[in-house]
Amino acid sequence: MAIGPDPAAPLEPAGAGIGSAVPAQPTELVYDTGVELQARSQWAFARRRFLRHRLAMGALVVLLTVFGLGIFANFVAPYSYSEVNLDALTQPPSAKHLFGTDQAGRDYFSRTLYGIRTSVRVALLVGFLSTLIGTVVGGLSGYFGGWPDNILMRITDLFLTLPLLAVLLTAAKFLGHSGPTQVALLLAFFIWTNTARIVRGSFLSLREKEYVEAAKASGSGDIRIMFRHMIPNTIGPILVAATLTTGTAILLEAVLSFLGFGIEPPTPALGVLIGEGQDQGLASWWLVTFPGLMIVLIVLCINFIGDGLRDALDPTQRRIRA
Amino acid sequence: MFAYIIRRLLYSIPVLLATSFLIFTFVSITGDPLGKIRSNPRISAAELASIKHEKKLDKPVVVRYGYWLKGAVRGDFGRTLFASRPITPDLKRVLGHTLQLLVAVEILAVLVAVGIGVLSAIRQYSVFDYSMTTLSFIGFSMPVFWLALILQVIFTNAFLKWHVRIFYTAQLSSVDPGHGIHFLLDRIQHLALPVLTLVVLTIAAYSRYMRASMLEVINSDYVRTARAKGLIERRVIMKHVFRNALIPLVTVVAIDFGGIFGGAIVTEQIFTLDGMGTYFINSLQAGDPYPVMAWLMVSAVMIVVFNLVADIVYGVLDPRIRYD
Repeated sequence: MAIGPDPAAPLEPAGAGIGSAVPAQPTELVYDTGVELQARSQWAFARRRFLRHRLAMGALVVLLTVFGLGIFANFVAPYSYSEVNLDALTQPPSAKHLFGTDQAGRDYFSRTLYGIRTSVRVALLVGFLSTLIGTVVGGLSGYFGGWPDNILMRITDLFLTLPLLAVLLTAAKFLGHSGPTQVALLLAFFIWTNTARIVRGSFLSLREKEYVEAAKASGSGDIRIMFRHMIPNTIGPILVAATLTTGTAILLEAVLSFLGFGIEPPTPALGVLIGEGQDQGLASWWLVTFPGLMIVLIVLCINFIGDGLRDALDPTQRRIRA
Repeated sequence: MFAYIIRRLLYSIPVLLATSFLIFTFVSITGDPLGKIRSNPRISAAELASIKHEKKLDKPVVVRYGYWLKGAVRGDFGRTLFASRPITPDLKRVLGHTLQLLVAVEILAVLVAVGIGVLSAIRQYSVFDYSMTTLSFIGFSMPVFWLALILQVIFTNAFLKWHVRIFYTAQLSSVDPGHGIHFLLDRIQHLALPVLTLVVLTIAAYSRYMRASMLEVINSDYVRTARAKGLIERRVIMKHVFRNALIPLVTVVAIDFGGIFGGAIVTEQIFTLDGMGTYFINSLQAGDPYPVMAWLMVSAVMIVVFNLVADIVYGVLDPRIRYD
């Protein structure tokens, strides 16, 4: 078999990728193995590594199931969330009521499902907003440096000197926290600094790369450089940060609602349910256990997915993940 | 080193000033402390004005901040807005209680997490490693307040059903705790569950960092040299890997302190401990800006001091760092 580079073609370094002989310019290589070769992009490799990560894939499936149950709570829930059944006050879990009933005889399983819907809605909104703000601010400050960067660093420092929960509680109290959307805005306003720091770090190091210098030399504007060169190379860490921020958002929203500074009853949210069940919780364990288990499940899946993403997107990975 | 400490302290002063000014402005502008009084129909407008003047609420924010600052630097945080209760003694008392909780949590968490992290790294991919990793993930996916509630439920039911009191589920001390060793034992029994709650989350995070840090050091060149020199593995680990892996953990502990503090707020609320957490939430719920301000300042100072201590420890541990 004649395998080898075409003698007429210029010498090229081996293409990127683990475990495949992808040529840099496939049309100039001579193969007669009869095997068709495809060029794979970096994203394809990352995607393949992620799909092979069993734990992350399992977590993704579970998470999507839980999200689906929550979003379609209208159709899935056996009872409505405010349907009172005075014959069955505070019942432990049974066949008729999977998670039991609460003090007003409402089916807890249905309430938990609706709670999942609200909490997920808030968390996704927070994740999206904080990633957006963080990327913009971090990117601008990392790329331009100078005084905007300085200001960003001072602001991040300021956020670090105060415990996050205390600041959130104060802001919630004094700015108001009516409704899930306002709570989401509040959370997003304080969580973006993490993403901003990551993006800033990435942009700072990318700024020194040769292709950026070349792009500048050939007259590319700043915006074009940022969108064409820097952001695609930062999307990995951004994605991981977004995933983990969403997980943090769920936990924070739960704490705020539990303490009474977030979503308020009667809107069901997981934290609200636990808060309402707290008084009776000592005797009726299911009132506090099940919403909390849902939170743990969701955040656990998000963490596994984030971990899988981080492993998949890191091209310096040395060992093969199981 | 001394100069470095002084410099850091001097640097933190403007940061604290800026933080306090921002918080003060925020709290003063957004909240309406006289809201309750205002909505009371029995109080006339003239009375309202005189109350405003007496509490200096009719002056601009900057002036009010000046008054507050003058007292704050002397340690006198003034009085609460509504009940006119002096803030500083209350704050001192609850600070002491919370510090007991936090110190216990940090020490316990660091000791256990370092142990778990080191063992996980040495026996990578073993059953121990995988199970610890899974437990860690579960640990930091748990909301702190939920774990606290579950522990409370379990131990309360244990007491009610089997009449066995292992740990207390509420309050800092029993009604009559006694003195000396009895007091200490009683306090430990009361604080055990809050400490356990916070420690689970903290260990989950710290052990992951320790493990990652250990793995990074284990794969480095100088460790390979040490092994090549013929040192027994145990000596390699203890003398080289462990000490170097410990260093990044100091940074993590410093950064995470604010998070633990936040967790302590919720835990104290659930276990009804007389600490900074309950003080803060009660003041917030009342909408009283002055204790909230004082609280935020005290916690900011605590965090700054803690970060400074962590940096000094870092400098002591890592001979590559020279502060001059």
